[in-house]
Amino acid sequence: MPLQVELVAADRSVWSGEATLVRARTVDGEIGIMTGHQPVLAVLSDGEVSVTGPGGGTTVHVDGGFFSVDSDRVTIVAETVTEVAGRPAEAL
Amino acid sequence: MAGQLRAYRRQIRSVQATKKITRAMELIAASRIIKAQANVRASTPYARALTRAVSAAASNASLDHPLITEKPQVRRAAVLLLSSDRGLAGAYSSNVLREGERLTAALRADGKDVAPYLVGRKAASFYRFRRRDITAEWAGFTDSPRYEHAKEIGERLVEDFGREAAEGGVDEIHVVYTHFVSMVTQEPRVIRLLPLEVVEGTGQDDGELQPLYEFEPSPEAVLDALLPQYVNSRVYNCLLQAAASELAARQRAMKSATDNADELIKNLTRLANNARQADITQEITEIVGGADALASSGSRG
Repeated sequence: MPLQVELVAADRSVWSGEATLVRARTVDGEIGIMTGHQPVLAVLSDGEVSVTGPGGGTTVHVDGGFFSVDSDRVTIVAETVTEVAGRPAEAL
Repeated sequence: MAGQLRAYRRQIRSVQATKKITRAMELIAASRIIKAQANVRASTPYARALTRAVSAAASNASLDHPLITEKPQVRRAAVLLLSSDRGLAGAYSSNVLREGERLTAALRADGKDVAPYLVGRKAASFYRFRRRDITAEWAGFTDSPRYEHAKEIGERLVEDFGREAAEGGVDEIHVVYTHFVSMVTQEPRVIRLLPLEVVEGTGQDDGELQPLYEFEPSPEAVLDALLPQYVNSRVYNCLLQAAASELAARQRAMKSATDNADELIKNLTRLANNARQADITQEITEIVGGADALASSGSRG
């Protein structure tokens, strides 16, 4: 079962869909999430978050925020989210 | 008299010009409400995710974070008033200000000092006219607030909340804003922003258990990072609600102004027609009278 990913900024929902891998940079270091990961609530540091999925993915830059994983639902929340140039959010 | 007719026509033209303006403002407000409501909706996923995370972290961390803990003695309370920048919005700003006055009086009666934080030029001029001290003020964005504005306000509030009352800090923070119930109903509301009242998953996710999260780096650190964001998001939501309410109030005020202008034009047109008819009648009387006089003087001579 793929991951259900939701990527939200303070004023809008940036991206949502299915994914096989989510990579993010937390304050402790990089973390990768795949199906079946245990529930995590982590604080993100300034950096990139990338989502890889069967229907395409996205790479964005976040200014902190946090992300939570529970029963294959991933929610990435940051105050401001900017799409990284060259890799559009709605690829494929 | 011809002078009277001219005066009526001038009045009609002036009312028509005003009507064009109020009509335009009504339409602009109406179209922007939809945008404002969409903004409120767009911010909901963020607020929901944040609330869920905060309550998860709060139930795992020891609950003595300064932003949640009530201070034993409240000496100074902050009141954040969300008014509008511009008028022509009916009783919108005055309703908020009245609610603010009521809250201020209630806080003073409890022996608390009140520090006003004002958003919108209307609130600032209300306070300045009464020569009251203003702790902080922001203006220029009340009808289309963005997240950066909320962040600026939220950070200032959290910063002041962290200081001692003697050094200009505050012990609790209240917000007075206008809640957008529907297009026809908006009501001024008071909420306590800080210390936060964290509601632990009651009712929202029915039957859904809180997952056993692993916190990175620790529940306390997560809570530390989340709470200021939570405050900002609450402020942002209040700003958006207030903006939608302001636009709705403006639309309604401008609609009644336009209707009133229509009524005025109708009455003035009646008066102008009357005056014109009186002019014509008088001219005819004068001509007939003149002709009569000529005829009678001619028959005699």
